Amino acid sequence: MELMLEQMPVVIRSLNVGFLQTLRLFAVTLLGAVPLGLIIAFGSMSRFRPLSYATKIIVWIIRGTPLMIQLLIIYYFPGLVLKNPIWGGGEAGRFLAASFSFIFNYACYFSEIYRGGIQSVPAGQEEAGLVLGMTRSQIFFRVTLLQMIKRIVPPMSNEIITLVKDTSLARIIALQEIIWAGQAFMKGSQGISGAIWPLFFTAVYYLIFSGLLTVLLGRLEKKLDYFR
Amino acid sequence: MAILEVEHICKSFEKTEVLKDISFSLEEGQVLSIIGSSGSGKTTLLRCLNFLERPDRGVIRVCGETLYDSENPTSMQDFEIRKKRLHFGLVFQSFNLFPQYTALENVMLAKELLAKEQPDFKARKKEIHEEIRILAEELLRQMGLSDRMNNYPHQLSGGQCQRVAIARALALKPDILCFDEPTSALDPELTGEVLRVMKELADQKTTMIIVTHEMAFARDVASHVIFMDDGCILEQGTPKQVFEHSHEERTRQFLSRFTQG
Repeated sequence: MELMLEQMPVVIRSLNVGFLQTLRLFAVTLLGAVPLGLIIAFGSMSRFRPLSYATKIIVWIIRGTPLMIQLLIIYYFPGLVLKNPIWGGGEAGRFLAASFSFIFNYACYFSEIYRGGIQSVPAGQEEAGLVLGMTRSQIFFRVTLLQMIKRIVPPMSNEIITLVKDTSLARIIALQEIIWAGQAFMKGSQGISGAIWPLFFTAVYYLIFSGLLTVLLGRLEKKLDYFR
Repeated sequence: MAILEVEHICKSFEKTEVLKDISFSLEEGQVLSIIGSSGSGKTTLLRCLNFLERPDRGVIRVCGETLYDSENPTSMQDFEIRKKRLHFGLVFQSFNLFPQYTALENVMLAKELLAKEQPDFKARKKEIHEEIRILAEELLRQMGLSDRMNNYPHQLSGGQCQRVAIARALALKPDILCFDEPTSALDPELTGEVLRVMKELADQKTTMIIVTHEMAFARDVASHVIFMDDGCILEQGTPKQVFEHSHEERTRQFLSRFTQG
């Protein structure tokens, strides 16, 4: 117990650094995947058949294979097979590769949620906009979008909270996120070894952060309660 | 001159012929009622006029201007169609109000978006917004909704929603206002308040096309009645001609429940 208290400052500092990386990956993924998902959703709803088939096949592949494999392939393939390590070395390179994989993977999941959201807005809304002389983009941004957002908040909350925990998968390419930081004390790092309790602490970080997100997303849901 | 001329409109969905060679015309200030059983093509006809469906054949002219001609593909481009739609207003059976906007915002939205295309919009932004707000408030007052302007659609009754929808359509000052069974989703009490508003519009000489199952309303308010059956206009004329002196057995059969009752 005494030892633990002694080691605490070192561990917390290390976990904080790791958690910062977790947060960065989370934020970048969200910022990239939210708009990219919309583009993919439009692709799969396109009336131009080749585009919609191609998009659906990509979504199938991305959703049908583990994110972990995608991370490994995206990170190692360019360097090992193409002899062109486009991601660059070090932590920065790993972060870039992880961001790319996560954005693409999550955009595919988001796109299906968006598609469901858009298609659940009654056709009458678009028709009403059309007969009022609105353009299709005006109808999307001024009429459909908010109704879609309202409908997708609950499923999106689910995905976003899953994303918080999925960021730990990036550990497979040795991205130094919080699990990596916690696990280091099992193997031995900064004079501490064989300690498993730092890993329990990582869980607390996740819990607090996902709790915070749950509250925020709940507020958003309430905010959109003013219409039906 | 007729404000609306419709010639030889045909429309099929897959293999089903929904409209078979529909022709009619309408004078300014007249009210045309289209009656007939469900599935006779009434709604499809209205949707063709509003360019929600594209007729396979036929011509649509408003005030002498050809809006649609199946022989002339340039009359079907998206941009063109958007402008042409503005000749018509459409009130839906299910209202289709925008739920995230208040009654007032529902009436203002389309007009404000159109105003953005005016060349002097940037300079007169505030003024234009103000003008549109005044117009929208006036229309809602006319519909008897002065105390409901800032309510959201889910806070309104069906009859109130439909009156907002009528104000919304009127805000763009269409040449011809179309109604697609505007009271079919309402109970009898609410139906009354909507029909009353429509009657007022008729008295003000608003040109209207009304698809309806309200036979008494069609008889009393319409200047012209069309009876449709199986995609054809079976009979047309003044309400008196159609309701009291129908030539066709099918018309009499359709109207029997109403005329006897």
